[in-house]
Amino acid sequence: MQKFTSKHAETSCGDERSGDTAARPLLRIEGLSKRFGSVAAVDRLSLDIYPGEFFALLGPSGCGKTTLLRLIAGFERPTAGRILLDGVDIASVPPYRRPVNMMFQSYALFPHLSVEANVAFGLKQEGLPRREIAGRVADILAMVKLGDYAARKPHQLSGGQRQRVALARSLVKRPRVLLLDEPLAALDKKLRDATRFELMELQRQIKLTFIIVTHDQSEAMMVADRIGVMDQGRLMQVAAPAEIYQRPNSRWVADFVGDINFFQGRVGDDHMTVEGTAAGRLRVAAPIEAEARTPVWVAVRPERMLLSRQEPASGLDNSLGGTIVETGYLGELSIYRIRVADGSAVKAAVVNAGRGGEPVPAQGDHVWLSFPPEAATVLTR
Amino acid sequence: MRRVTWFNLCAIVLGIAFLYLPIVILVIYSFNASRLVAVWGGWSTQWYAQLAGDTAIVGAALMSLRVAFVSASLATLLGTLAALALVRFGRFRGRLLFASMIYAPLVMPEVITGLSMLLLFVAISVDRGFWTVVIAHTTMAMCFVAVVVQARLADFDMSLEEAAMDLGAPPLRTFLTVTLPLILPAIVAAWMLAFALSLDDLVIASFTTGPGATTLPIRIYSEIRLGVKPEINAVCTIFIAVVGIAVLVASLLTKLTGARGTSARIEP
Repeated sequence: MQKFTSKHAETSCGDERSGDTAARPLLRIEGLSKRFGSVAAVDRLSLDIYPGEFFALLGPSGCGKTTLLRLIAGFERPTAGRILLDGVDIASVPPYRRPVNMMFQSYALFPHLSVEANVAFGLKQEGLPRREIAGRVADILAMVKLGDYAARKPHQLSGGQRQRVALARSLVKRPRVLLLDEPLAALDKKLRDATRFELMELQRQIKLTFIIVTHDQSEAMMVADRIGVMDQGRLMQVAAPAEIYQRPNSRWVADFVGDINFFQGRVGDDHMTVEGTAAGRLRVAAPIEAEARTPVWVAVRPERMLLSRQEPASGLDNSLGGTIVETGYLGELSIYRIRVADGSAVKAAVVNAGRGGEPVPAQGDHVWLSFPPEAATVLTR
Repeated sequence: MRRVTWFNLCAIVLGIAFLYLPIVILVIYSFNASRLVAVWGGWSTQWYAQLAGDTAIVGAALMSLRVAFVSASLATLLGTLAALALVRFGRFRGRLLFASMIYAPLVMPEVITGLSMLLLFVAISVDRGFWTVVIAHTTMAMCFVAVVVQARLADFDMSLEEAAMDLGAPPLRTFLTVTLPLILPAIVAAWMLAFALSLDDLVIASFTTGPGATTLPIRIYSEIRLGVKPEINAVCTIFIAVVGIAVLVASLLTKLTGARGTSARIEP
């Protein structure tokens, strides 16, 4: 239930949540900055994380997402700003007194300790009775399916097993927030895909708040309830995965998350068209909230492009012609790069399933591209 | 590319002979039945037996062991702290100066170290004896310890300490439960090295020693001046065995931890 509210309450980046009383943020970051010399790794960043949420920080390497995670964990002191956990500022609390645990990208398993001792380490620091420690360690090891490996040393485990020990070790203390720094980056593709599902399943079972840092957009899209897209120490957009993909708020986000085609033009007088693009006059589905004649970009995902050999009947759809310069067969999809009139290349993705005896478009073929007005997103920046 | 050629073989044989022939001869002659050093008179262990009765030699050997034990322990403590400071505290003010001051004794001639120590002890009018030798040996050995421990700390994964703190261990407990166990083999190896260095030092010890603190090398050297006695060969043989074992254990420990560190990184 919690998850449902959190997923739907936030609609866009700077959204005020005054009307929503059900979801009080668990973690609130206010104007947080971290400078290393003259470089701002995190730059006046504000963000709310809600209880039970699976939040992903997505961005290219060096965007400051790991620094933000380390600020929350307590390994870095902020230059400015506050980190509120349940309303209490923890920015100056040392990492060993924060009810926050982190899973490291390198896993950071203690090589001299067994799997069991690694997992028990955190509970021992709390001074819990030995019997309780043993019980909780056994439970969590069973949960990550490592019950039979309790006595092994980390170097006797496979990469996937080590990853699960690291996860168990950070979960066993039942932190208020679990931070995961590229938790799947060191695994091979097959294992990574399987582990993503396990991670989501686990999060659902234990109802903890997860913040994951990743540079892999499909990973973020798949596991997270909400994604914060970061660049140069700032959050570019915070929204649910579908929202980020379908309604990016800037060209940068649109381009970073998935593939996209841009057509630059100017807002038409009726606010329902964009004029002077490579495809001529383009119709959009909703009125553009910008002055007429302002430069804007019409963004269309490649999979929303329809490819045909004949010129489409002039209807409501936008269309443009071009020549195929490259084709890429990806199995379920084929990607076409089409050189259009102004010399730029437009990408179209076509699903390969259900294609009959119709000949496949090939390099050099002249084709027509079309897309309905609702497939277009207008971006002003 | 491991080929045994005549050149390689000759180089190895000559190299080893050059290093170890004198030692082998000394060991063989320690089992010489003849009183005359240069004349072979058959096998015997009589000099080892006589050695046991020579209180001066045994006393000096015990003194050497005590000095080596105390100075190696002190040097290990100080050297480890120096290594931690160099590796952990980043670019603190005067780091380069500190680093070069720690490494200087590595290349300083022992005569100079010994002489400067002597001058210091005379200047502050300290009675020379057991403790002055210990202090001098600690000074000499701690830089070797710092080098050995620093090498181990340099490839220590800092995220291990962060993980320990993240799991609730304050800095001191993190050091004791995570850092120390992981660098312990290097510390033990460094202790062994310091022990061996102190045991075989003659120059610094003879500058800084006083009445009642004669170490074994000093004793041997003074006896040699009166002529080579077969007992000395026996003492030296025992000495070689002790130092050899210490160095062997030290290098095994270093290798062992190195191997463990590597295997942890390789994906099975």
